[in-house]
Amino acid sequence: MTERQPYVSSDEVLAVDGISVWLSGREILHDVRFSLRRGQFAGLIGSNGAGKTTLLRVILGLTAPTAGDVRIGGEPRARRSGGVGYVPQKIQLDPDMPLRARDLVGLGLDGHRFGIPLPSRSRRRLVEEMLRAVGAEKFGDARVGNLSGGEQQRVLIAHALISGPKLLLLDEPLANLDIRSEQEVVSLLARIAKEQQVAVLLSAHEINPLLPVMDRVVYLAAGRAASGTASEVVRTEVLSELYGHHVDVIRVHDRLLVVAGRADEPGAPVSHDDAAPVARAW
Amino acid sequence: MSHLLRFVFEPGFFASAPVHVAVVAGGVAAIVSGILGVFTVMRGQSYAGHAFADISVTGGSGSFLIGISPIWGFAGTSVLAAGIMDMIGIRRPRGRDLATGIVRGAGLGLAALFLYWDTTHTSTTGATITILFGSMFIISTSIIPVIVAFSLVALGIAAVLYRPLLLSSVSADLAFARGIPVRLTGVLCLVAIAVSVSLSALTIGTILSTALLVGPAATALRLTSKPGLAIAWSALIGLGATWLGILLAYDSFYWPPAKHGWPVSFFVVTLVFLFYLAAQLASSRRTRSERHAPAPAPGQGG
Ligand SMILES: Nc1ncnc2c1ncn2[C@@H]1O[C@H](COP(=O)(O)OP(=O)(O)OP(=O)(O)O)[C@@H](O)[C@H]1O
Ligand SMILES: [Mg+2]
Repeated sequence: MTERQPYVSSDEVLAVDGISVWLSGREILHDVRFSLRRGQFAGLIGSNGAGKTTLLRVILGLTAPTAGDVRIGGEPRARRSGGVGYVPQKIQLDPDMPLRARDLVGLGLDGHRFGIPLPSRSRRRLVEEMLRAVGAEKFGDARVGNLSGGEQQRVLIAHALISGPKLLLLDEPLANLDIRSEQEVVSLLARIAKEQQVAVLLSAHEINPLLPVMDRVVYLAAGRAASGTASEVVRTEVLSELYGHHVDVIRVHDRLLVVAGRADEPGAPVSHDDAAPVARAW
Repeated sequence: MSHLLRFVFEPGFFASAPVHVAVVAGGVAAIVSGILGVFTVMRGQSYAGHAFADISVTGGSGSFLIGISPIWGFAGTSVLAAGIMDMIGIRRPRGRDLATGIVRGAGLGLAALFLYWDTTHTSTTGATITILFGSMFIISTSIIPVIVAFSLVALGIAAVLYRPLLLSSVSADLAFARGIPVRLTGVLCLVAIAVSVSLSALTIGTILSTALLVGPAATALRLTSKPGLAIAWSALIGLGATWLGILLAYDSFYWPPAKHGWPVSFFVVTLVFLFYLAAQLASSRRTRSERHAPAPAPGQGG
């Protein structure tokens, strides 16, 4: 199957080049640029409303940027090009819907095809393999609408991965997961990135769960982005510059805490929402 | 044995020409409605299906005024309504009920006028009864080819767009990401639903067509988790209810009180409902026994 062959012609999988997005007369993203190579695991970090979903939608081609362009595998992003797996922020499914986890995974392979699928042993085997790869084989026959948030997340990851994409975009896959599932999903994705040489871009509010596995971080604040390795980006100077006011990056044990400056400081954020994401205290 | 057969099938059932037409037309309409019904329910568009049924009243009553078969009116108005619903924005979660409600209201207003004209100008109440409650036994054989053609359109759309429609019912964004033209497939699906409603409006009536669209599908969802199997079940249940309904309606000519025959639509819709109840009962019993099954608690054998 040609679809599953790893991408070989160049190392650069994703290049985001000077992307700006205006929506309803407001600039949501300003001159965002970064690139990802094969097998890299990148976190897209930002607080609520920072523009994470918007940026992922631009990369997918669901939202047109006002300026800049996106290249995938060195080529301009075409509306219908495959090769990108996507796990959306939320899906809501009726438990009545007659669709099993394995059906949804199979749709990742051929959901865009016309006509009624003929039963095929190789397709079934591929689906089974994928379910096993994400640890979802136990609930392969359960209805998708009945799965828990973490189980659904795994099935959606399998759906996104089965066509062998070179780039995997995940929009807050860790929201609504308990710590155990969070760690499991993160290490699953890190393993997939390395084994299948997929570039993974994962959005999250929290940087800490990703620190052990993250090759790159793209940090979004005030519509702008800073990117690099975690130690390059998550620093007091860089983030203060990005936010446009002083923030402190504090290291506590192996965690990073990003704390907004004093409230009485000019330009300091008032509400927590505008502030930098603050690490959870566990 | 032949005694029993005669008891089930009253004399002349198999020789009756109206029965032949009803078996074919009713059967085709039931299969199409059953299949499109699964898409309707999965996509959460039962209300739109209901609106098509209401709007078909407009087209049907208009057809009587100008003297053409009501099927043209049923199909014409409901397909038009599908287009307008898409324009108003049926794709947005909120816009969905809004678009449907607006179109349905406008259509029903016209229907009131047309039905009034039908009864005053043609001075029969037959038109109203036919439109509202169907005409399975008095369908002209010349309409059969139209019925078959409409069925092929609706089933063709469902078959070609099977996978894209499944995926976009899960999530429009996922479908977009796979390169599926979500809006186009959505409109085509709506058109197929509209066509299937016009078929069952002809056989069991506009008012009752929703029952044949949603009922078998809702029953099938209780019976299986596999999408393909759900579609097959739904078609089978619709077909079974329709054929059994035809048989009962024919037999009812020999029943009290008036020995005059009961309406076939009544039987079909009642059977659909009974099937649903049975499936609901079976599935709730199944989940209950599943919940009780893995409980071999030690020390319980009193
Ligand atoms: N279609 C739109 N029109 C106008 N503004 C929009 C639109 N979509 C998003 N926005 C705005 O863009 C900003 C970024 O939204 P986005 O959904 O990308 O944030 P996010 O980082 O994903 O947030 P969250 O963590 O809450 O998911 C928000 O302020 C939002 O209100
Ligand atoms: Mg978001």
